[in-house]
Amino acid sequence: MKKEDSPRKVPRQKMPEQAPEKRRKNFEEVTLGFSPEMAVMEASRCLECKKPLCVEGCPVGVPIPEFINLIKNKDFSGAVRRIRAKNALPAICGRVCPQENQCEGKCILGKKGESVSIGGLERFLADFERQSGNIELPKKDKSTGSRIAVVGSGPAGLTVAGDLSVKGHDVTMFEAFHKTGGVLVYGIPEFRLPKSIVEAEVGLIEDLGVKIECNTVIGLTSSIDELFEEGFDAVFVAVGAGLPKFMEIPGENLVGVCSANEYLTRTNLMKAYDPNYDTPAPSGKNVVVLGAGNVAMDAARTAMRLGAESVKIVYRRSMAEMPARKEEIHHAEQEGIEFVLLTAPSKFVGNKDGFLSGMECIKMELSEPDESGRRKPVPVKNSEYIIECDLAVIAVGSGANPILAKKEPGIALSKYGYIIADQATGKTSKKAVWAGGDIVTGQATVIEAMGAGRRAADSIDEYLSGGDF
Amino acid sequence: MFEIVHKETMSAGNVFLHEIKAPKIAAKAKPGQFVILKANETGERIPLTMADVDPEKGTITIVFMAIGKSTALFGTLEKGQGYQDVIGPLGQETHLENFGKAVCIGGGTGTAVLHPIARALKNEGNHVTTILGARSESHMILKDRMDKISDSLIICTDDGSAGRKGFVTDALKEILETEKPDIVVAIGPVPMMKAASDMTRQYGIKTIVSLNPIMIDGTGMCGGCRVTVGGKTRFACVEGPEFDGHEVDFDDLAKRLRAYGKEEKEALEKHKCNLDAAV
Repeated sequence: MKKEDSPRKVPRQKMPEQAPEKRRKNFEEVTLGFSPEMAVMEASRCLECKKPLCVEGCPVGVPIPEFINLIKNKDFSGAVRRIRAKNALPAICGRVCPQENQCEGKCILGKKGESVSIGGLERFLADFERQSGNIELPKKDKSTGSRIAVVGSGPAGLTVAGDLSVKGHDVTMFEAFHKTGGVLVYGIPEFRLPKSIVEAEVGLIEDLGVKIECNTVIGLTSSIDELFEEGFDAVFVAVGAGLPKFMEIPGENLVGVCSANEYLTRTNLMKAYDPNYDTPAPSGKNVVVLGAGNVAMDAARTAMRLGAESVKIVYRRSMAEMPARKEEIHHAEQEGIEFVLLTAPSKFVGNKDGFLSGMECIKMELSEPDESGRRKPVPVKNSEYIIECDLAVIAVGSGANPILAKKEPGIALSKYGYIIADQATGKTSKKAVWAGGDIVTGQATVIEAMGAGRRAADSIDEYLSGGDF
Repeated sequence: MFEIVHKETMSAGNVFLHEIKAPKIAAKAKPGQFVILKANETGERIPLTMADVDPEKGTITIVFMAIGKSTALFGTLEKGQGYQDVIGPLGQETHLENFGKAVCIGGGTGTAVLHPIARALKNEGNHVTTILGARSESHMILKDRMDKISDSLIICTDDGSAGRKGFVTDALKEILETEKPDIVVAIGPVPMMKAASDMTRQYGIKTIVSLNPIMIDGTGMCGGCRVTVGGKTRFACVEGPEFDGHEVDFDDLAKRLRAYGKEEKEALEKHKCNLDAAV
């Protein structure tokens, strides 16, 4: 290897993206992906560590150095096959995983410089494969005759369905919405994860033989016991954490105050931004978004694209404590989102017709660290002021959906309503019922949900092969 | 597709009944529960409480007034056509028991929602007095069906073209004064439910209303359907749609129902223009 080709000398390849002033007016994808040349260049940076820490950082254990090595050799098909053996949704994970806290966060190159763009390479391979139309699905084991019901078609459900189908089981996935994908379709905006990509990846799961029944709310349309009566041998519950949290401050029911779930579902799933679709979007000229996680960034950037004149993220701590991915914060800033930090809302105020006209806030300062390890914000006396706004989107997290829990007293829940499931296997307190994803952990990441799905699929397979519950 | 097996046009031509093939929902649905319907790929998700269910035929029945673009589109669907998506049964079922004397009040398309509830109350052994209200005789729906399941039926029209001239609350007041009902169920436009609840509150009669806020998923996920009941925020989709009428903040509900007034009006105008252009 020549000296200038040394991995440390090649800079991390910067993925091309739409210019901020252009993209803030459209819903097309922000980042455009690596070209093959860039991918090979980026792959050349990998040190191929003997003990690859990046793999330890991946909840589903993708063999990262192996696939990167294949990219170096321009064997893109071989590389993507290597990923597919561990991850059924690479085009999605490559886009929305918080790589900086997972694989890339552990990369040795990152200690002294910039880590390898593992997410960018994963995305490149998945896109390359999809565009080539030449997708090699894992080989299926011969049919076992066992039937599994998967409740919820988000990342955890898709993983379990795909894994168990490969193992020869007969899988049916139930979805409450009219479209599959869960949070991938209702939550994550088109500009970050195009729905056509979710559809394509879900399509591959269907190609593996998984049956999909939409418009079915398990707990209401059928109970879990009825699924067993219908002949299912095992049930995996992955209904997510979809119960929106509100601020519980005065004026929250004014028209113009909505949850991020409502705002994002209207725009993403129901395509309110497209004039050909009938669902209206809550329109706002001056928009405030409360919270500073990825969902808040998504809501703020959506508001900008829907034509807002000003969009403010109001957060009670400082920039350093924001839970959102750095890349999302950076993209939001580039697109003109204002950050109003160390500020907490105290009430919403409305006009005589009950429409939102402003939000009263109070300034905060940081004191000692609290139980989360973050410095606790405390209000500054007499610092109240009003931010004028006609749309407020509340993005301060979400809790466990109560429908299934209420109808299934046999499944033990935590005091917050999450399903209690064994971490290693996903087993719940009800026989032959497993659970995973956000309904067990609370709001987490796509790949963590997939990791839980993977572990549960292994446990379900073992049970169906004659194991105990 | 969820096929429409029977269609009726009712009440002055803008209220429609669809009987829809949906066997799974029909097998499960209880009085008071609702479904969410989406006509086609680009359509909105519209919640409607079921007017009837036939588990043997595997059908559910909805009745709706064509007022916005989406309901207007629903109204154009004919027998043999269908809905792309029907989700349900959603929400809590009506709490049923033999209360004794029940008064069931239906206003406008609310009568359709009332129908299975009144029938179930009758089946539980209640003495059912039904009061139906409408602007005029031509706006009255399901009169015969309600007559069949009621011990007595009182018709009120604003213009006196059928039954008595006046509001349902006038008839309700007389009943409250002459005989003490054990329960009142009032379903119809927000002002009607409010007026009926205000009246029964004075007499201390338990009153159930069915609310129809704006909703998207119907499974407790978006919070769009939040209503103020007893000073607390409740989600109508999972905790309702029925609530104690004495506790409901109807002004809050009416206000939230106006959220998309401007967009709905524009969408309907555009829809009409498109229809005209097509004709």
